[in-house]
Amino acid sequence: MSMLELRRVSKIYGEGAAQVQALADVSLSVDAGSMVAVMGPSGSGKSTLLTIAGSLEEPTEGAVLVDGRALAQMSRPAKAQLRRRVVGYVFQDFNLLPGLTAIENVSLPLELDGRPARKARSIGLQALEQLGLAERSSQYPDQLSGGERQRVAIARAIVGERRLLLADEPSGALDSTNAEAVMRLLHDACKQKSMAAVVVTHDAQLASWADRVVFLRDGRVVDQTSPVPGPESLLAPGQA
Amino acid sequence: MSVRHAMLALLSEGPKYGLQLREEFEARTGEVWPLNVGQVYTTLQRLERDGLVESDDSGAEGPQKGFQITAAGERELAEWLRTPPDLSSPPRDELVMKVLVALRLPGTDVREVVQAHRRYLVQLMQQWTKIKEAEADDLGLVLAVDAELFRLDSVIRWLDMADARISRAGAGVTLPAATGPLPKQRRKAGTRP
Repeated sequence: MSMLELRRVSKIYGEGAAQVQALADVSLSVDAGSMVAVMGPSGSGKSTLLTIAGSLEEPTEGAVLVDGRALAQMSRPAKAQLRRRVVGYVFQDFNLLPGLTAIENVSLPLELDGRPARKARSIGLQALEQLGLAERSSQYPDQLSGGERQRVAIARAIVGERRLLLADEPSGALDSTNAEAVMRLLHDACKQKSMAAVVVTHDAQLASWADRVVFLRDGRVVDQTSPVPGPESLLAPGQA
Repeated sequence: MSVRHAMLALLSEGPKYGLQLREEFEARTGEVWPLNVGQVYTTLQRLERDGLVESDDSGAEGPQKGFQITAAGERELAEWLRTPPDLSSPPRDELVMKVLVALRLPGTDVREVVQAHRRYLVQLMQQWTKIKEAEADDLGLVLAVDAELFRLDSVIRWLDMADARISRAGAGVTLPAATGPLPKQRRKAGTRP
């Protein structure tokens, strides 16, 4: 079943001569447990697609459905709740709150959603543990390396019962080793927790972790990859 | 990949049989570079002819014949390991040629051609990544797959740059028929085709 569905979504910023079409007639469906990477040059609409999918912005035209529910028909409080409970975001610059420790950053969304502090902390610790950061849970962001900060951000994005993971250039600020580790974690979270994931990236090596890669240009989906075949074709004698 | 030097490397660990060499070569490269038996024996015969390995005197042929590296073979291996491969002259890259031809072919959407190749390369990378994902503990395989991924990635980066340049140049889609020759390939004589 589709966890995220964009139906003929368009987004126009500005008016008159200053009008910019960021997205044009984009349709996209992402199933639970599936990771889709969105690639395209700067200004192709990748980040706009992500903010609309996460209900941080509204489309000019078209419909967005998360877990079968149309965002346009939801009240503001209902959308806010959806953002807290269902959608996890990962950004290039981590977006951790500097005055909070790793565990506080991770458990904050749960507390904001009404969970008792002790329970939220326990769930948050589980998420940090999953990402190999349990021992760093009481460190502040500036005491963590870039790779560790992004792992904390991923823990915050997958904590609790999140079902949709949206990541915008999640490894853009990291070296190759940490970048691969981040993609592996996102990939594993997506499979193990049966989350749907959309990852925006300009990096083909990271996109190659996805089940499907969608190519955007000038706000339109111009192409996408086919389902990935098994390794046999690459390992046939004489192939390499 | 130099099968010749890979054989020398395996024999530097001690004497081995031909079949054993084939199996170990494939295992160490995570089976990314499969070999057939013929390749192995042809290579071993040439190494023996050049005095870099010697075979045992058991008289056995085929899989039972044992080989060991000579002192000259050890020196050859050490020199090869430290000699950079020839990357100084650009190879005649078929993909580059295709994009250059598309640029001058009337009625051809160059960016669509670029995208077709980009999609194919990303799909290849997805396949390699799946292999890496499944065999994360096999260091030899992971290194070989990484090399392939970085190579493919560099080609995609070139396509991205080409796409952006074509877009900026307004060549966007089509150009009139060619008015001049394609850029000459600056290659040294004797480099690989």
